[in-house]
Amino acid sequence: MNQISDIDYGTPARTSAEMVSLEIDGVTVSVPAGTSLMRAAMEAGIAIPKLCATESLEPFGSCRLCLVEIEGRRGTPASCTTPAEAGMKVRTQSPRLAALRRGVMELYISDHPLDCLTCSANGNCELQTMAGVVGLREVRYGMDGANHLSDRKDRSNPYFTYDPAKCIVCYRCVRACEETQGTFALTIDGRGFASRVSPGQMQPFIGSECVSCGACVQACPTATLMENSVIEMGQAEHSVVTTCAYCGVGCSFRADVKGNEVVRMVPHKDGKANEGHSCVKGRFAWGYATHADRILKPMIRKRITDPWREVGWDEALAYAAGEFRRLQDKYGRNSIGGIVSSRCTNEETYLVQKMVRAAFGNNNVDTCARVCHSPTGYGLKQTLGESAGTQAFKSIEKSDVIVVIGANPTDGHPVFASRLKRRLRQGAKLIVIDPRRIDLVSGPHVRAEHHLKLRPGTNVAILSALAHVIVTEGLVAEQFVQARCDTTSFEQWREFVARPENSPEATAEVTGVPAEELRAAARLYAKGGNSAIYYGLGVTEHSQGSTAVIAIANLAMATANVGREGVGVNPLRGQNNVQGSCDMGSFPHELPGYRHISDDATRGDFERRWGVSLQREPGLRIPNMFDAAIDGSFKGLYCQGEDIAQSDPNTKHVIAALEAMECIVVQDLFLTETAKYAHVFLPGSSFLEKEGTFTNAERRISRVRKVMPPKAGMSDWQVTMALSNALGYPMNYHHPAEIMVEIAALTPTFAGVTYERIDELGSIQWPCNAVAPDGTPTMHVDEFVRGKGRFMITQYVPTDEKVTRRFPLLLTTGRILSQYNVGTQTRRTGNLRFHPEDLLEIHPHDAEERGIIDGDRTTLESRAGSTVLRARVTDRMQPGVVYTTFHFPESGANVVTTDNSDWATNCPEYKVTAVQVARIVEHAARDAGLEVADVV
Amino acid sequence: MHIEKLIKMANQIGAFFEAMPDRTQAMKDIASHIQRTWDPAMRATLLAHLDTQAEADIGLKPIVDEAVRSHRKALEAPT
Repeated sequence: MNQISDIDYGTPARTSAEMVSLEIDGVTVSVPAGTSLMRAAMEAGIAIPKLCATESLEPFGSCRLCLVEIEGRRGTPASCTTPAEAGMKVRTQSPRLAALRRGVMELYISDHPLDCLTCSANGNCELQTMAGVVGLREVRYGMDGANHLSDRKDRSNPYFTYDPAKCIVCYRCVRACEETQGTFALTIDGRGFASRVSPGQMQPFIGSECVSCGACVQACPTATLMENSVIEMGQAEHSVVTTCAYCGVGCSFRADVKGNEVVRMVPHKDGKANEGHSCVKGRFAWGYATHADRILKPMIRKRITDPWREVGWDEALAYAAGEFRRLQDKYGRNSIGGIVSSRCTNEETYLVQKMVRAAFGNNNVDTCARVCHSPTGYGLKQTLGESAGTQAFKSIEKSDVIVVIGANPTDGHPVFASRLKRRLRQGAKLIVIDPRRIDLVSGPHVRAEHHLKLRPGTNVAILSALAHVIVTEGLVAEQFVQARCDTTSFEQWREFVARPENSPEATAEVTGVPAEELRAAARLYAKGGNSAIYYGLGVTEHSQGSTAVIAIANLAMATANVGREGVGVNPLRGQNNVQGSCDMGSFPHELPGYRHISDDATRGDFERRWGVSLQREPGLRIPNMFDAAIDGSFKGLYCQGEDIAQSDPNTKHVIAALEAMECIVVQDLFLTETAKYAHVFLPGSSFLEKEGTFTNAERRISRVRKVMPPKAGMSDWQVTMALSNALGYPMNYHHPAEIMVEIAALTPTFAGVTYERIDELGSIQWPCNAVAPDGTPTMHVDEFVRGKGRFMITQYVPTDEKVTRRFPLLLTTGRILSQYNVGTQTRRTGNLRFHPEDLLEIHPHDAEERGIIDGDRTTLESRAGSTVLRARVTDRMQPGVVYTTFHFPESGANVVTTDNSDWATNCPEYKVTAVQVARIVEHAARDAGLEVADVV
Repeated sequence: MHIEKLIKMANQIGAFFEAMPDRTQAMKDIASHIQRTWDPAMRATLLAHLDTQAEADIGLKPIVDEAVRSHRKALEAPT
């Protein structure tokens, strides 16, 4: 792909059943009613000059460059703000229009520096292009206007520069911040020549509300807001469309490239997950891919106390294979296993589970989805029949009520959050269920109708109480339930939730949520129109994570909020390919497509295709592997792209397990915390070096395309293949497309998926098969995948993790916008400027009781361990609850989390840990360079 | 694998299904869940615990104990 500049239609597309036909410069064109003349012209291949218009933003009509003449009408209206009407005859070129446009351009240029040859936008500047288009040959006002060249540039943001001298006051940046991102951080301050883009109250960008999503930079037609990478490297010479490797939104990006170097990443406007928007991570934080810390040579060592020895690929792979076989000979076939990362592609993931099952000869394969969304897979499969969310992100445009439970989209899934905020600004109502006052609860531009500020660990009690109100107040969608659901299970569930102990009044004591607030929220959800539930790890990472997912599905079915646009049950997946890694059979008990390993027919299909016989019993899950390692029965691990030593709970326990193994093979970009315990290190590839596919939270399969060759010489799928060959199980793929052919042949929900089909459609939401050749945006439309929807009883069982006098507070964890998971990637980017350390959020009352003031260093201690964090005192927290992120190994939040886990899936209970917090009194001695501290 | 952990896991599974109105079905579901998600070695450890411990020391919730015993054949590791 060589296309760098996309066609800009000037104004957004409109959807309407009514089409209007008109004539533009003698060409007849039909467009949906409401389409602007500017867009209609572009549809006909006629480009009208423009500066303040761009298709991602609503028309503004300020630059007056897009003026046109309409037969029978006076004047020269702006084509961007004038809707097309049937029978119109429009002229886009005439001597009068040319003169007007040149006049406009003269005014712009009189206030613009003429340094085009040295300008960073040279070759990609709309002002420069328009000057050429209108035939500007002179500026009657002179070239020495108020060009602001002496104004200071704002270089405070690590990724882009604001140069006031280049600003033409088109407001595109201001409008992008409002309409696209929904942050409203920018305005234009001053009048006339004194006009300036103002972040906040004329603050530097870094100190303003700006979230560095890059929408303003993308919208800017000049070099006023420009990526620093473009300033440093110049314009790109080709581009590649690929998929972001951060969160589960799965944004499509256009990588603008010069040779093998990325110049910038620009959100791809045709990407259906993000529709041209991005966040600070995907847009800017890709520098880790070329960071000096990358390990590019395979390494081996006999013992973890030995120094690493660089070796060639063949030696490393032969050593790893030899060790794995030695362990199996000595300790048995089941003594080794593999862990797959949800950051890897579908093809890589598929290959690892294939290698474990076919070459290792056991089912000891698991994915890091174990520790995040495994309860989603279980809960939705049991109730609805498929282990996946029900909607496309775009569905939210038709939602009237949006429930966000256990998720913080503005930080964790920011591009989806922008869609959500846009819908809220259009009038949809929001219910937030979260122990913490997340940004969506109350902001200048969005507000939750209800915030159910529950105690951590009481999700199931809250969800059953919501169901209680729906059932006892006659809010059940009886007709839907009768037609679509298993009525026996429904009646049992109805009887259960109607019990007095599930009433909001009864549950208020444990949840802390006032009954009336909960009742109002339940009524709104049930009767507010199209109601959609979006949830995250605040639901799943509990001892009752699966029960809570089931309870959410129960609510959706009971209120008929499944099976059409605007509604549904929507897990917000943490990592880019959580959905895909689960789809690809990475769980020890399931083959690709969520089919149980004991199913003889399915297993038979794989055995025939793979030419081996497979074990019919489930293998070990990640926490089981750790336990087995400590017990001495699990001795070897192939760990691809997952830093279990940092990301899994109860670090002490994890490290004990790692130390107990005799051969750990880590395949990763960096020497991670886990690699400290490894015997073989195989260099991995970043997403920029990969060919393959990711599947996002809406089941959307998107292509990942190689932007640069693998830095270590081998692609990750080639490494797995070579390891398998070294183990004696032959694999012989020439391209990931061939792996997808095999996946499609063996997985009914992927039957119609090929790279050609993805290229044709842009992306595909599975199921994609003969019944749905273009994919399935909305699931369970006419019937549930399992046939009748199944209600299940969701008894609240309090967690074993209880507060005591010694540990009187509850810790819950989460993410921040600029950092990603354990920070392996984002800590190696400019994002450190936004969030240089993990902080402990604590309520003012709890802080005061402990003598803690904002910024103090504190110890955070649980039954599992202790760590040190700086305190942020905030009433965002409720009394009795503290919160931290887990992005930095130094703070090691998982040192304190326990190995309590979900009953159905063993997903760790990260979200509830009983802790104590104490202030660290730092002696004056520290100032003298001594490490002396007391805890009070 | 530590039996205490397996007992806790089994009891957690039991706590979910115990709420179901049909106790026979609930026991079947408990056993099925263990069979479908636990590695055979884990199941064998649990069964061995049942065989070797005095009733008072087993530590399983009654419904789990009964479910495991009544569906023992399905839970046994393949030979």
